[in-house]
Amino acid sequence: MFVHFLYSLRRNGVPVGAQEWLALHDALGKGLVDSTDSLYGLARAICVHTEAHYDSYDVAFVECFGGQDWIELKEALQQWLENPVPMDQLSPEAFQALTGMSLEELLQKFKETLEKQQERHDGGSRWVGTGGTSPWGNSGRNPQGIRVGGSGGGRSAVQVAGERRYRDFRTDVTIDVRQFKVALRALRHLGKEGREELALQPTIDRTCKDGGEIELVFEKERKNTVRLVLLMDSGGSMAPYARLVDRLFSAASEIGHWKSFDHYFFHNCPYNRVYSSIERLEAVQTAEVFTKHPAHAKVVFVGDACMAPWELTAVGGALSLWDRNSRSGLEWIRAFREHFKDIVWLNPEPERYWTHETITAIKREIPMFGLTVDGLEGAVRHLRRGSLAARRGA
Amino acid sequence: MSELPFDAFSGTASYIANDSLTRDVNAAIALQRPLLVKGEPGTGKTLLARAIAEALGMPLLTWQVKSTTKAQDGLYHYDVVQRLNDSRFGGGDVGSIRHYIKMGVLGRAFRSEERVVLLIDEVDKADLEFPNDLLHELDAMSFHIPELDETVSAVHRPIVIISSNAEKELPDAFLRRCVFHYITFPERELMERIVRVHYPDVTEGLLEAAILRFYEVRRIAGLRKKPSTSELIDWLFVLVSGGVPAEKVAAAVPFLGTLLKQEKDLDTAKQRISWS
Repeated sequence: MFVHFLYSLRRNGVPVGAQEWLALHDALGKGLVDSTDSLYGLARAICVHTEAHYDSYDVAFVECFGGQDWIELKEALQQWLENPVPMDQLSPEAFQALTGMSLEELLQKFKETLEKQQERHDGGSRWVGTGGTSPWGNSGRNPQGIRVGGSGGGRSAVQVAGERRYRDFRTDVTIDVRQFKVALRALRHLGKEGREELALQPTIDRTCKDGGEIELVFEKERKNTVRLVLLMDSGGSMAPYARLVDRLFSAASEIGHWKSFDHYFFHNCPYNRVYSSIERLEAVQTAEVFTKHPAHAKVVFVGDACMAPWELTAVGGALSLWDRNSRSGLEWIRAFREHFKDIVWLNPEPERYWTHETITAIKREIPMFGLTVDGLEGAVRHLRRGSLAARRGA
Repeated sequence: MSELPFDAFSGTASYIANDSLTRDVNAAIALQRPLLVKGEPGTGKTLLARAIAEALGMPLLTWQVKSTTKAQDGLYHYDVVQRLNDSRFGGGDVGSIRHYIKMGVLGRAFRSEERVVLLIDEVDKADLEFPNDLLHELDAMSFHIPELDETVSAVHRPIVIISSNAEKELPDAFLRRCVFHYITFPERELMERIVRVHYPDVTEGLLEAAILRFYEVRRIAGLRKKPSTSELIDWLFVLVSGGVPAEKVAAAVPFLGTLLKQEKDLDTAKQRISWS
């Protein structure tokens, strides 16, 4: 009966699965829901796992229950049930007789009973009302009953949901950043460095070999040794992809498992200088990038690689006049490739457009991947090859 | 195991919880699922577990998660070094591994003769895989000790409260098993009640002026760390013990450093706050 709510949640971007759904049914079966308010709160606690989805949840809730029969039914009932009549104690036999109905049966019967019922009802064993032993109503006594109504908090949950108080927590990009993060997380190489710690297994082995004479073995703890250098094109033709690049950047900087993480900006192509800010105001000599980062750093270029051919191949081809380059862009790209062993280029342009001549020229120098989750995974696999080879060699 | 009533928890004398929080706590207890509490630092996530334990009259076991914490640490620890030492230098019963197996917090919670509240504090501090490594243990409420070939199962299913500061994203599989509650920042009315619990004797005028100032400071744009409930309580303590009159709080913000801990925030605040 809530199935359309489930789909509404999913449509609004709340990733609800069967597990949440079963839990919600479990909760309903336990009689935890006794009002629209508690339905709102409980379903949210079970189905939503981050405050970023609270707003979407509110939207879905209003969508489903904003004018829904079942809730209206309950609201109407609430008035009857406002003043519950105290209830007689049930005998164990009577209590026993009331168990054994499944939730679906209960809900079905609840509806049927409501349809038959025309008036307020207190006590008794069949109708919806207060103080009775039928499975529904308020202040009643039924081991598997549905409680209806009860003390609300004044405002209905639909009203509260309608206010959309959690709008500020919305971060629609979160999912994408997380996907990027997951892909980037694979980019690690655990090396032994840092603090020394007791290595248990070698200690036991050595002690046994020494016939019980204790020999403590210390090893350095394992830490990620990957240094990442991200170079991003912030030129005009990249504007449509600014958000995408931003997400990649957020993901890379938030992971924080790098040994070092540096980022630079360039326009079209790296020339004599790259920039440390997106406005390209603070210049860094590209040669300095080579001295600052060791050859085993992983380098990721992000750019559409689309430019006029002379911008790539000509000396002085840089678009900015004050950036007059003494080596062509292509030469610089080759310099990057020669200095850094593990290097990839991520291109946000759809792959079918990769026939542009500057794209193909750059692709010949640096392996190119799409700026998508799949592309990033491929790029990470490529970058890992270097460290894997090094480990095999060692 | 005795069933708790659905409305077992309703806050304590010193812990004021709003309706939606108490409802989610009770739902988590009834559904026997861990309750994951998220919220700004200083909104009482850790205190919640203490309050639940107090309200239900159960002991509280806290597992303080750190960046180096491994899931295994919470289960048990096989003290090989001690055993090696004993076998070399004598002492202890080296013949039995059992003497060298020490239970972690989770292990103790499972073994406990009475039902306990288990707080896994700041779960996001640990490695990303940490919550996933605990999935089975929290689901089945049992774990296996290969050294003894024994399974430790919970005598009483503990009430599990997990707090997170949202420093890292938690894995989906883990989230799906939890009841989630985000502690929103208390609105003025609730905040007054919370503060009253801590300082019943504070004068009406001072309380009002302080809370007004507090929300003003929180509204300042560009703060790196907004002051939270715990900072307000500290601040009031300073104001009360310093004997600062209400008029002074209304005119300026004395002891601003109690509310804002970062130098940059202090500078920002000093520029923005209206000094009358």
